[in-house]
Amino acid sequence: MKHVFAFLVGLIFAVGLGLAGMTQPAKVVGFLNFTGRWDPSLAFVMLGAIGVNLVLFRLVLKRKSPLFEGLFQVPGNNHLDQRLIMGSAIFGVGWGLAGYCPGPAIVSTGGGNGHAVLFTAAMLIGMLLFRSFIAWDAKRGDERMTQRSS
Amino acid sequence: MDIATESFTPGMSALGGALIGLSASLLMLSHGRIAGISGIVGGLLEPGSKDRDWRLAFVLGLVAGGIALFFAYPGAFVVNIERGSLAVVAAGLLVGFGARLGSGCTSGHGVCGISRFSRRSLVATGTFMATGAITTFLYTTLVGGAS
Repeated sequence: MKHVFAFLVGLIFAVGLGLAGMTQPAKVVGFLNFTGRWDPSLAFVMLGAIGVNLVLFRLVLKRKSPLFEGLFQVPGNNHLDQRLIMGSAIFGVGWGLAGYCPGPAIVSTGGGNGHAVLFTAAMLIGMLLFRSFIAWDAKRGDERMTQRSS
Repeated sequence: MDIATESFTPGMSALGGALIGLSASLLMLSHGRIAGISGIVGGLLEPGSKDRDWRLAFVLGLVAGGIALFFAYPGAFVVNIERGSLAVVAAGLLVGFGARLGSGCTSGHGVCGISRFSRRSLVATGTFMATGAITTFLYTTLVGGAS
């Protein structure tokens, strides 16, 4: 039941992205094209999504726990760091370059779009590269600590 | 400002957005999780992660939704921009790496985070919209083929 629910929630998310126009790279790039002919549609996607969430999140979080899990896992971190800024900046460059972000790319893979398949494969490799980066960065940090203490 | 009135779809976009919000709230209700696509997919790639099942079910739901749209509303997959394969691959790498480094993407930060008034998500969304706009400007200026 828990996994059926997750599947259906993913399906609703996909239909939302499709109706919203997020799976059409031209609409995404048209939104980011502030200096040219601007298509403000994506602002309405955000307004619709945030409007619904503002009401429903609050109602949901009044419960003691979620339906299928012990507790809600809401990020509590409020600290602005270099990784957040750098990561978001890098993400934006890729988003503007192809007009796909992760959700729409995966949905468009189901829609049989060749470029979306290519993009999604590259995106997964990018995520694996991030894992290697984190491992390398942690090791570098350890070495620095060792040097300092010795 | 020059508005592209011929492609502007405020009603459909707001409706689609409302469904995205509904889905995010349902995931919070059922699993107590933020519907951040890059985080959900990234968790699938972590070795030894114990909660792969619901993540996989969610991603399969996304793909199934894509298949359903393909038959019911094929207009959802009109591309209408010219990008070479090399640009698409580079974009995918940057999006995958950047979303993980920045702990989220358009869904986790842009929709869920802003709905929670998260300071990190507000800054992240402002940042990726800015670099996205700069990239679009540079690409259309240097290479062309905006739409």
